[in-house]
Amino acid sequence: MMTNTSLLDQFPLLKEKVRGHRLAYLDNAATTQKPLPVLEEMDRIYRTLNANVHRGVHTLSQQATDAFEEARAKVARFIKASEPAEVIFTKGCTESINLVAQSWGLANLKPGDEILLSHGEHHANIVPWQLAAERCGAVVRPIPIFESGELDLKALSEMVSSKTKVVGIKHVCNALGTINPIAEVVRLAHSVGAICIVDGAQGLAHEPVDVQAWGVDFYAMSAHKTYGPMGVGALYGKRSLLESMPPFMGGGDMIRTVSFDGTTFNEIPNKFEPGTPNVPGVVGFGAALDWLAAFGLPQATAIENDLADRAAAELSSLPGVVLRGTASQKVGIVSFTLDSVHPHDIGTILDSEGVAVRTGHHCCMPLMRRLNVPATVRASFALYNQPEDVEALIKGVQKVQKIFA
Amino acid sequence: MLNELYQETILDHGRKPRNFGLLPMVTHCAEGHNPLCGDQIRVHLLIEDDTIQDISFEGCGCAISLASASLMSSAIKGKKVGEALGLFERFHATVTNASDEELGIGDLDCLIGVRDHANRIKCATLAWHALKVAVQSPVTQSQELP
Ligand SMILES: Cc1ncc(COP(=O)(O)O)c(C=O)c1O
Repeated sequence: MMTNTSLLDQFPLLKEKVRGHRLAYLDNAATTQKPLPVLEEMDRIYRTLNANVHRGVHTLSQQATDAFEEARAKVARFIKASEPAEVIFTKGCTESINLVAQSWGLANLKPGDEILLSHGEHHANIVPWQLAAERCGAVVRPIPIFESGELDLKALSEMVSSKTKVVGIKHVCNALGTINPIAEVVRLAHSVGAICIVDGAQGLAHEPVDVQAWGVDFYAMSAHKTYGPMGVGALYGKRSLLESMPPFMGGGDMIRTVSFDGTTFNEIPNKFEPGTPNVPGVVGFGAALDWLAAFGLPQATAIENDLADRAAAELSSLPGVVLRGTASQKVGIVSFTLDSVHPHDIGTILDSEGVAVRTGHHCCMPLMRRLNVPATVRASFALYNQPEDVEALIKGVQKVQKIFA
Repeated sequence: MLNELYQETILDHGRKPRNFGLLPMVTHCAEGHNPLCGDQIRVHLLIEDDTIQDISFEGCGCAISLASASLMSSAIKGKKVGEALGLFERFHATVTNASDEELGIGDLDCLIGVRDHANRIKCATLAWHALKVAVQSPVTQSQELP
């Protein structure tokens, strides 16, 4: 593990001042900062390996293709997929879920079929299913969760039936930090022959992923929440499912032969990757996973959880603060509300102290309604955060209390 | 900079919004919604002779949006509809920095601080946007019933 100073040297942005204060970046669930090795790797692609992939016989094109495919192998290894071909590159978690809903969903859903989604899902794992359900006459139903943010597994076990075709759950809750029991959810989905899709946006950077041990059918990811670039992500899918699915988008690269009488499609993963991909982004994604693995996922979560625990303890000792999301299994995310002060006012005052947090519904409006709050303040930790960040957060909240006293 | 935004007047109006609630008689009404933060403000008007005889609002939101609604309601009560909309134009130009002109309309001036917080301008103008829609939205008989 690197020492903390050399670690911070890899994130120049964290040394910037905001509104005259040291930046306390606690909005890592929205996007993490990117370490220099990732930025340099992406730069290297454009400077030394720039050529289109999968199309040229020339050396440069082959080298770019190799780098691109190596990144696929890195993602596959990181999530313990059985082979790289089960990893489809997309522009992010949102696109990955839409791919499944549009391709698998439209091909398989029938009137009366049920799609069960946890009440806490991000809009990215709700709306694509609503769109598909509307086209197919299927029904979307919420799986209850407890006030703590934990999934009601018993309720799910009673909801699944022969009508259930899809069970959707996020690996880790972006709003509250809850880690969901993926293996259990997969087992319940499979017990009735449904597929299980896991929204891994918040999981990848904080929790070990083992798609084979879980038996999960699809796992959706975004690079930018895992120290990688924006606009790149991936979808893991089981080979048998991906092979059975129709293409999501058409174009070059995803075909075997094209004639005006008809087209035959390429094999996976290319069938789902039409057009020129974001090559530096994909390579940067691979570099980010390498970088995180070298740092050590357990080391990262130990740092994050320690800081989040400190923040939670100090916040809950302040009058009027209510912690939201108190599951026993959580990543380093602390969500809270403060008496009658609206989270947006808290966010603006924290910002004036250099503290960057997310305030709002976190793209989880059904979850906010379930918790009976319009919004929360969320501090989300990454492996580079420091005890000073917690201090700045607490100081900021005390300032809010003073202003609104 | 921040002290400019969270001034006593704003905190006071945010805490104890004026003209909050329903009206006995309503002729016009509309709702404004800020999907980014979930703020929601419904403006009720009694317009007679092209004049806003009475106004109230309901809803939930941050201190800035509630204070702005409260300040707006106090500022436009008794004004001609055209005057009220003219005030919105001046207010909007001021908080979005398009104009250096001080509003010079008493308490409304205290919202000028949102200039330095671009992502809060929507909060400060939410009630005004609802007002603009409301003056063109006469309520039907059924809506008038509580
Ligand atoms: C749980 C969860 N799912 C999905 C997404 C969407 O990710 P992206 O915007 O990178 O597609 C996010 C991002 O906020 C998230 O937190």
